[in-house]
Amino acid sequence: MEALFFWIFAVGLIGFGLAVVLSRNPVGAALSLAATFVFQAALYFTLGAYFLGTVQVIVYAGAVMVLFLFIIMLLDIKVEAHSSISVGRFLVAGGAMLLFAAIFVRVLRGVFNGQSVLLWTDDSWAVGAGKVGQILFEQYYVPFLATAVLLLVATIGVVILSKKDIK
Amino acid sequence: MNPFTEITLNHYLVLSGGLFALGLAGVFMRRCILFIYMGLEMMLNAAVLAIVAFSRFQPHEMYASFAQPEQMLAGHVMVFFIITVAAAEVAVGLALIVALYRLRQTTNVSDLNNLKF
Repeated sequence: MEALFFWIFAVGLIGFGLAVVLSRNPVGAALSLAATFVFQAALYFTLGAYFLGTVQVIVYAGAVMVLFLFIIMLLDIKVEAHSSISVGRFLVAGGAMLLFAAIFVRVLRGVFNGQSVLLWTDDSWAVGAGKVGQILFEQYYVPFLATAVLLLVATIGVVILSKKDIK
Repeated sequence: MNPFTEITLNHYLVLSGGLFALGLAGVFMRRCILFIYMGLEMMLNAAVLAIVAFSRFQPHEMYASFAQPEQMLAGHVMVFFIITVAAAEVAVGLALIVALYRLRQTTNVSDLNNLKF
């Protein structure tokens, strides 16, 4: 059952990722990106990371994608012209893909030889918000507070950057 | 062992690598800075997916011997922080893009060649 869900979500993830890369319409690309985030959250759920999946949907598919769509509509970005993808850049991207293909072959060989020993263990691995929150507030409370300061700094920085006349 | 019905860590690593490669190709192929930024977000998310998968597939005997949840859940906490920082980073990056657009009236990185030698 986990395998079935994994394949569904994996195909959705890669499919919508392809749509992000290949789409010429900025709004379509942003919505595809939101779909990839949702599928990724679903993969987190299959991994037992319930809290992270929820955070992924709220923060990425919610807040970040709204920001992206807001900026796309604010700047009124038109559909990209067809000639914008040149041969040289296509070759560079193809080279990067080949590099990754080599890595995939190496990793996949382990799958087919049965080398990957780390299988699904039992079901006690599901991690809700409670466990993560407990560790977050006990062991990692200083970084947690630092993150709060970081968010404040980012907010102030965005407001200053968005002012009409940057000194 | 059937690789289609038994999902291992390698499956998730290949998936994460594929997403990363797609984002990298997007960064290389696109000229609009917003598309490049979307590609960067995809790459970041691919790395996060790998971290969550590593956190899930830890050797079971190690889990039993340490038996300390904060060691086993360090990956989850790390991903939580990454998501928070990424949200802040997206806000700042998009504000920079808006400031750039105000200055130059373009989002095409081919037009931003003042520093080109």
